[in-house]
Amino acid sequence: MVGITSFGGYIPRYRINRGTIFGAMGWFNPVTIAVARGEKSVANYDEDSLTMAVAAGIDALNGIDRAKIDGVYLASTTLPYKERSCAAIAAAALDLRDDVRVADFTEAIKSGTTATIAALDAVKAGEVNNILVSAADYRLGRMGSMVEQFYGDGAACLVVGDKNVVAEYKGSYSVSFDFVDHFRSEDAPFDRTWEERWIRDLGYSKFIPQALKGLLDKTKTKPEEINRVVYPCYFGRDHGKIATLVGISAEAIHPNMHDVTGDTGTAHPLVMMVSALQEAKPGDKIIMASFGSGCDALLFEVTDNIKKLKGISGIKGSLEYKADLAPYEKYAVFRDIIPMELGIRGEDEAWTAFSTLWRKRKAVFGLVGSKCTECDTPQYPPQRICVNPDCGAVDKMEEYRFSDKEGAVFSYTGDMLAFSFDPPQVYGITRFKGGGALWVDFTDCKLEDLKVGMKTRMTFRRKYYDAKRGISGYFWKILPVIE
Amino acid sequence: MPSGIKDKVAILGMGCTKFGERWEMSEEDLIVEAYLEAMEDAGIEKKDIEASWFGSCFDEVNVGKSAITLPMTLKLPFVGATRVENFCASGTEAFRGAVYAVAAGACDIALALGAEKLKDTGYGGLPDFGTAMGTFNRLIMPNATAPGSFALMATGYTSKYGVKPEDLKMALAKISAKSHANGVLNPKAHLQKAVTVDQIMNAPMIAWPLGLFDCCGVSDGAAAAIVTTPEIAKKLKPNTDPILVKALQIAITSGEEMWYTNWDGAHVETTFRAGQKAYAEAGIKNPREELSMMEVHDCFSITELATYEDLQISPRGKAIDDINDGFYELDGKIPCQPDGGLKCFGHPIGASGIRMLYEMYLQLNERAGDRQIKDPKLGLTHNLGGFPAMSVCSVAMIGR
Repeated sequence: MVGITSFGGYIPRYRINRGTIFGAMGWFNPVTIAVARGEKSVANYDEDSLTMAVAAGIDALNGIDRAKIDGVYLASTTLPYKERSCAAIAAAALDLRDDVRVADFTEAIKSGTTATIAALDAVKAGEVNNILVSAADYRLGRMGSMVEQFYGDGAACLVVGDKNVVAEYKGSYSVSFDFVDHFRSEDAPFDRTWEERWIRDLGYSKFIPQALKGLLDKTKTKPEEINRVVYPCYFGRDHGKIATLVGISAEAIHPNMHDVTGDTGTAHPLVMMVSALQEAKPGDKIIMASFGSGCDALLFEVTDNIKKLKGISGIKGSLEYKADLAPYEKYAVFRDIIPMELGIRGEDEAWTAFSTLWRKRKAVFGLVGSKCTECDTPQYPPQRICVNPDCGAVDKMEEYRFSDKEGAVFSYTGDMLAFSFDPPQVYGITRFKGGGALWVDFTDCKLEDLKVGMKTRMTFRRKYYDAKRGISGYFWKILPVIE
Repeated sequence: MPSGIKDKVAILGMGCTKFGERWEMSEEDLIVEAYLEAMEDAGIEKKDIEASWFGSCFDEVNVGKSAITLPMTLKLPFVGATRVENFCASGTEAFRGAVYAVAAGACDIALALGAEKLKDTGYGGLPDFGTAMGTFNRLIMPNATAPGSFALMATGYTSKYGVKPEDLKMALAKISAKSHANGVLNPKAHLQKAVTVDQIMNAPMIAWPLGLFDCCGVSDGAAAAIVTTPEIAKKLKPNTDPILVKALQIAITSGEEMWYTNWDGAHVETTFRAGQKAYAEAGIKNPREELSMMEVHDCFSITELATYEDLQISPRGKAIDDINDGFYELDGKIPCQPDGGLKCFGHPIGASGIRMLYEMYLQLNERAGDRQIKDPKLGLTHNLGGFPAMSVCSVAMIGR
């Protein structure tokens, strides 16, 4: 049996109220009031598609032995590099084996389901046992546009395998077209879109039903058997009708999540799927479908194993953990659509020494330190000579992963002198459960939230962006758990 | 057991520029200014200098790497010159080179000079550590500044000793107010303005909980010392009792504070260790009773507070009581920062360690003007580089 064996989700903590956006840009495009309900998720200044994909991946890995993962497929139209495997960086962040296969699926916002199908095919063919598929998008609309209100940021992950399957894969059906509802050419920061009515009537309302019907026929499933159907469409009224065109009940349609995240592009079918799985019961038949240069539709049947999955935060957990992003200018600065004074500190950036990064890749991307086998002391960064003054053993270390360890805040500060996109720059020291300490930046918190002794987790973030050379650099930050 | 440096080296002369925003002076000008005063004080000729040590930290905005600029600027005739750097402890490092050379008999008269031209960096505050920490560290270290790194120790202190943050803030304000009052009396200080505790408490935050007046000045300046053997000093100045080096010690972190978990976050271990070694070298058994005065590394007010305890003068967790009692005021039991300290004299990094010795030297020679401490016997300098969890500390003592 092949199918989904685990899943994870990540919606960034920051949410911007659509009223805040309308308040800033409604003077220009009053029509956007029609969709200015609820809130959309916005990545923090230190997040991008890669970091969000990793976060969803870590959520999904939830106790799975990392050595069992045979590959990473990322899907996103907004990865930070045109040429440099982001899935390979993700594999390092997830601390996987060297002998894994990786791919970045980047061509359209249906790439998330494309990657899922490819992963399922590979497991089915017996080539690999487990593939981690993580889809993410970091979406930008021009100021005052409708899509600025529609788009959101997020990620979701499906682990696909052949053991302890929680949702059995029953088959897929794809239609693919060069239908240009929107596109983005090389180096363009923004999408360009065609007319909305055309997109609704000839795009969403045609392709999704076509793929759904094809899937039902192929898998010999009756529409009334479908308990849940998941597909994106930010046109609310049409979203609620599309599945009914092939006889699936309106009640089975999973909400398009406009009010809580916005449309997260490549991630969205997986985001909604994870959301659906978190409420699913054994026996449920769920269809996950996408849109973007066509449509992929996949059918799954939930098994009893779903009851065994515990400890996943998923989309449900992510949605609950939120903070308001305001004012609009802050969002615009985070997205670099209005130029902010970076000052001499903000502009300063040294070359990334790639030979150093290669040599230290486990320590930097994986937050892997070392543990002395003589005295059991975990230490970061990895050492050859043990830091324990009563030990000092030489070359008696084994690798020790810190990225999944909880800790407690030992000290912290909020620094107004250091450059920050969201001043003050908060950093400090965490001491890990089990041993070890780390002096590093904090994120997703305000200075006022912090107390010595608070619980901490670690999160993979973009540590710096070298604008001169186009280098995004990654490391880990402390995520204080704010109750 | 090594015999130590006590009484083996004498300070023949010292010089120090005015510290501050010396926009009109380049580093070479500052070097010459400090040198001329030191030479005048020493009463020797240029050809008597046999070796030199040059301390500077931010070589990118100073005279660059190597020590070559020092003898080139001063036109020293083909003598030795070595550039030394140990973050903010660079000044004492230059002094150490000169002192050990004389003690070893490698030369009779040596020059130690520290200089820094921070106002050419374009930063208000110290430049970012960008390339200064190496290719690996910049991939993993936080986006930290000096104030923030030391602010962590303030939070650590209140956490460990259960001190109310407002009580700590008040004590820190008194430390800075005291240094400001002393700076007013010092014509060479960068800042010569009195500030009240109230002003300090209400000043804008720099790195919580440290505010504007908890942070030392960023300055240009240079300071110099000319050292020789006690015998030569007595021969050259027969009517004076030379000032002798009593101790010159250094301690650097073993890595424990940063990478192990035995550090309490509320003190600087290297200060404690360097102080211990210096007291042993100088034969001091009870520093609280035997020290007359000191210049410590008050890059931030919290550093000075921790230093009171780390130097074993105030008991652990009790420095606030001594501060409130005025123990460290100019008219207190152990005047601390009589020249205004890093806080007001300023902190041109390469020069600071030598500037501290300069004030102790002036005090011992009864040349401190309005700041003169009555009958000082032993002066201690404390020069710290790095951050509380990753530091180098030099402690020196001079006297007769």
